[in-house]
Amino acid sequence: MEFAELIKTPRVDGVVLHRPFLPTVEGTLCLTGHHLILSSRQDNTEELWLLHANIDAIEKRFIGSLGTIIVKCKDLRIIQLDIPGMEECLNIANSIEALSTLDSVSLMYPFFYRPMFEVIEDGWNLFLPEEAFKELESMTDEWRLSEVNKDFSICPSYPALVTVPKDIDDDSLCKAATFRHGGRFPVLSYYHKKNGMVIMRASQPLTGTSGRRCKEDEKLINATLRAGKRGYIIDTRTIAVAQQAKARGGGFEQEANYPQWRRIHKAIERTNILQESLIKIVEACNDHSNSMDRWLSKLEASNWQSQVKEILTTACLAAQCIDREGASVLVHGTEGTDSTLQVTSLAQIILEPACRTVRGFQALVEREWLQAGHPFQQRCAQSAYSNEKLRSEAPVFLLFLDCVWQILRQFPCSFQFNEHFLVMLFEHTYASQFGTFLGTTAAERVKLKLSQKTVSLWSWVNRPQELERFLNPLYEPNSLVIWPSVAPQSLLLWEGVFLRWNRSTKCLDEAYEEMVHIIEYNKELQLKVWVRSSAAGQRRFMGPCISHMHILSL
Amino acid sequence: MEHIITPKVEYVKLLDRYGKESTIGTLYLTATHLIYVEQDNHTRKETWVLHHHISSVEKLSLTVSGCPLLIHCKTFQRLHLLLPRERDTQDVYQSLIRLCQPVSEDELYAFLYNPNQTEAERRDGWDLIDMATDFSRMGLPNEFWDISSINSSYELCSTYPSLLGIPKTATVATVTGSAKFRSRGRLPALSYYHKDTKAAVCRCSQPLSGLSSRCVEDEQMLKCINDANPHCPFIYVVDTRPKLNAMANRAAGKGYENEENYPNIRFHFQGIDNIHVMRSSLQKLLELCALRSPTMSDYLVGLESSGWLRHIKSVMDAGVFLAKAVCDEGASVLVHCSDGWDRTAQVCSLACVLLDPYYRTIKGLMVLIEREWISFGHKFNHRCGHLEGNPKEVSPVFTQFVECVWHLCEQFPCAFQFNESYLLIIHDHVYACQYGNFIGNCQREQQEMRLRERTFSLWPYLLQNQAEFQNPLYKRATHNTVLRPSTLPLHFKFWCGMYNRYDKGMQPRQSVVNTLLALTLRHTQEQKTMTELQRQLAVVDGILPGPIGTVSLPPDQNGCPRTTPTTSFGQSNGDCTSVSTCAGGKEDSGLEMSSQKEAEGSSATEHELQTKTDKPVSMVTQKEKVTESL
Repeated sequence: MEFAELIKTPRVDGVVLHRPFLPTVEGTLCLTGHHLILSSRQDNTEELWLLHANIDAIEKRFIGSLGTIIVKCKDLRIIQLDIPGMEECLNIANSIEALSTLDSVSLMYPFFYRPMFEVIEDGWNLFLPEEAFKELESMTDEWRLSEVNKDFSICPSYPALVTVPKDIDDDSLCKAATFRHGGRFPVLSYYHKKNGMVIMRASQPLTGTSGRRCKEDEKLINATLRAGKRGYIIDTRTIAVAQQAKARGGGFEQEANYPQWRRIHKAIERTNILQESLIKIVEACNDHSNSMDRWLSKLEASNWQSQVKEILTTACLAAQCIDREGASVLVHGTEGTDSTLQVTSLAQIILEPACRTVRGFQALVEREWLQAGHPFQQRCAQSAYSNEKLRSEAPVFLLFLDCVWQILRQFPCSFQFNEHFLVMLFEHTYASQFGTFLGTTAAERVKLKLSQKTVSLWSWVNRPQELERFLNPLYEPNSLVIWPSVAPQSLLLWEGVFLRWNRSTKCLDEAYEEMVHIIEYNKELQLKVWVRSSAAGQRRFMGPCISHMHILSL
Repeated sequence: MEHIITPKVEYVKLLDRYGKESTIGTLYLTATHLIYVEQDNHTRKETWVLHHHISSVEKLSLTVSGCPLLIHCKTFQRLHLLLPRERDTQDVYQSLIRLCQPVSEDELYAFLYNPNQTEAERRDGWDLIDMATDFSRMGLPNEFWDISSINSSYELCSTYPSLLGIPKTATVATVTGSAKFRSRGRLPALSYYHKDTKAAVCRCSQPLSGLSSRCVEDEQMLKCINDANPHCPFIYVVDTRPKLNAMANRAAGKGYENEENYPNIRFHFQGIDNIHVMRSSLQKLLELCALRSPTMSDYLVGLESSGWLRHIKSVMDAGVFLAKAVCDEGASVLVHCSDGWDRTAQVCSLACVLLDPYYRTIKGLMVLIEREWISFGHKFNHRCGHLEGNPKEVSPVFTQFVECVWHLCEQFPCAFQFNESYLLIIHDHVYACQYGNFIGNCQREQQEMRLRERTFSLWPYLLQNQAEFQNPLYKRATHNTVLRPSTLPLHFKFWCGMYNRYDKGMQPRQSVVNTLLALTLRHTQEQKTMTELQRQLAVVDGILPGPIGTVSLPPDQNGCPRTTPTTSFGQSNGDCTSVSTCAGGKEDSGLEMSSQKEAEGSSATEHELQTKTDKPVSMVTQKEKVTESL
């Protein structure tokens, strides 16, 4: 299909752009296959480049022959375009609607995007399972890397390589896979160096109403326990939901068949409820006519903060089992691709200092989200404004980022990255020039040849020029486990995402710059003191060797 | 001392917020403090609570493990103690009830407290903040405004300061006549003069207009205020009360200005609720803070139904209205509520913070509090419940002002010279009665009590310690104009650092402000080190004359750069107490006490604590040294 067919009016002059907290811009609007561009004639005003993929919904209004299009973006921004001429306006609106809802993945921008920078370190090769396993091997010999899923036939949503207990052979894995929803048999998620305890993840067991069991599955997870030790199964669903799942062939581990495991049910909501929650909170944040009471009641009714609290609490529970109880943990919900991943990845942030670095966090996103088969493309197809009927959209990853932000806020010096980094990831999951978050599973990504045909987000982010913006100037490596508070008073609304377009960031940006300045200045001073004191030290033994003027110039 | 029946009780348990047993220790009652000393093999943590800080003591029903005593503090600390014997509990209960609300002013701590200052230092301390200086900073007196001593003997208005800013054109007859027509004689007087626009913020109490009364002098007075601002043909009269309340007052012979009788006024209601509504709102908020493990819904519903943030917003809205009127329209504003000492004080002082960068400095906030609150007769004795009295007079009016300032600090992180801990320490001192500043209900009462001779002023103490109150992000240059905060509801949030501040587990575990503060403090020191090294190098290199071979490194330098700041982030790794399915550690794990608590000679009892005398008794009730966790 040619994009040109969808663009009846490629350009209109005299369009006025309104954005909150920014001056209006008048200029020429251009539509391309992937972008909506508004550029003014003046040199000093910035241009607007908006990916069609970022557009969640549009509204049209007409006053006489002046048309107005309200563009609501997936990153929650709302802009307004005043377009002279009814026909032009209608054409533009129709094109945007068509171009922003293209169904075919291969028409997406990442397949057309050519980087303007040289790819030095290819993000597609940065986080390979083999490499991660090498690291694990250096700590323990109890695990092996299995190729049982190399053609994605055992479990379509798993990667080709998975880490499993050494004593369990591939045949057992195949049998265990038949007993788990979508074939997602228990695999290693995290190994806690300090005490050798592990987090495993899976999907629900297919016990059904008849109480089916699977010896291989039992053997598989028991193989992760040390002699005489008990483990915890964290089911992210309430017991009632888990019970209901039996009727549809799902279920949970029966005590009788898993005597070494204690099961704990939590209450992380299902995807459709999370999406409703997102829609409600965004609606509340954008409605400025609210009184205080109405705002607080809408905030409460959205349940967003409740979701954050529940997810964080469950992650803390998993981390606590590992670090405090010295017990291994198996986490699953229904499909094992959503709430399960929220819990396992957040637990790692709490437990593992490496996950709080930029590289470590990227590795975590790769390992626990992308390779673990979180269906990004389905979950992020629409955001909070879409009028389309919801299919399987849900802000699962955004909730994870929100939880990370909550921990970052409570431990502002323990993360190598800053809030901008998290917001940037949020944006790229919904619309991006990079191929990283395309596709739903590892299998699909291989089929789409993403690594050959698109650029990885990490290739761009990790360039020093880009990375600088995302580094936390306060970072001091903290080798400890960090326990966040999950009291409601400690969990704030993530203003960086939800109020981002509803406030002027001038004062906050200024504060951030000042903070950077103080820290930079401190480093500079330390260096100066060091140079001088080491020079003074040298003189004691050797006399002057560095020229005095040279030191002054430092 | 006669009120202390049992000065020491052993084997007292201190329970954590979840009602679980946490520590065992000894409870002491001194003349001024309740002290709990945790007895543990490894730690000796002390908790000091000033009697004046105790707002209520409850005896809960007996349990098998002991007799519980629940102590609520005005600093929002809660102590849940479990005493082994019923008799001791009763004794301690009775003593505390008596000690926390003295009957006479002489019993207040300030009259005992001596921070080791000489008489001259004491006098200088009281002279530190001076109203006349602030008026001249505003450029007064000038052609429009006089600084009048008409109230020097407090005869015109007994609850007003001796110095008043009055329009130059107002005659004595006008002034006295207007005072007679205002509730409690609180006539319109200058609060703040905005040099740039020549507009003024004035304050007063409600007029005694009733249903139809009028007063020529009062009308004349408002006209004088109007005339004092040549640029604007009208003044705003802002009644900070809800309209309904103001109307109800008319029936009692009070009320509000009738626009028909006062030419050139624009009248506005602001809708801030009265002290009783505020008191019960705070009560609800504190109940919410004390919930053991509320769900997010419980919390948000509770926050809404407490109404607290709605009230804070109403105060802020009024302050913003004033600032806009003065700054954008160049119009003078006259503010009142009923008596003009609660809402009026809040709104006028908030407007000053918005309008004038001076009041966003450490010294400036002192001046502002001294003028708008202390000298204009905010009834600290009554509102804070310093003495035994009518509990219906108690209300968190000042706390709300402090919170509004905090919200501004959050929205404008670079605009304030001070940080959150400055607001907290001022708030706590208002209730502590350790210094004389906040004792009494007005200037006249303060003079009658001879506070300047018998007590010390808080301000010098704060100035001496101002290093810890600095906001490292402060950039005065870029914030030398009016602040325009957003007052959308979504920009107000619960102040956890105030109302839950003793729940350490709920606070961020690492503090950005403290980290940066430590860095900026080190800058000065390192610059000094560097200059010294530079000089020494110059000596060695023969550029500067000096004795040969005296190059000595400063003691803290080892010739290698310190990659981590020595004052590290005070980080503790937190705890996950909310996860009840697994045994969590205690909330304050990893904390070790330091017993650097001091008591002054006169009030120390025979308790066996190490005392140091020369620092003032700090407000901080728990001094904790964070040691490396695990």
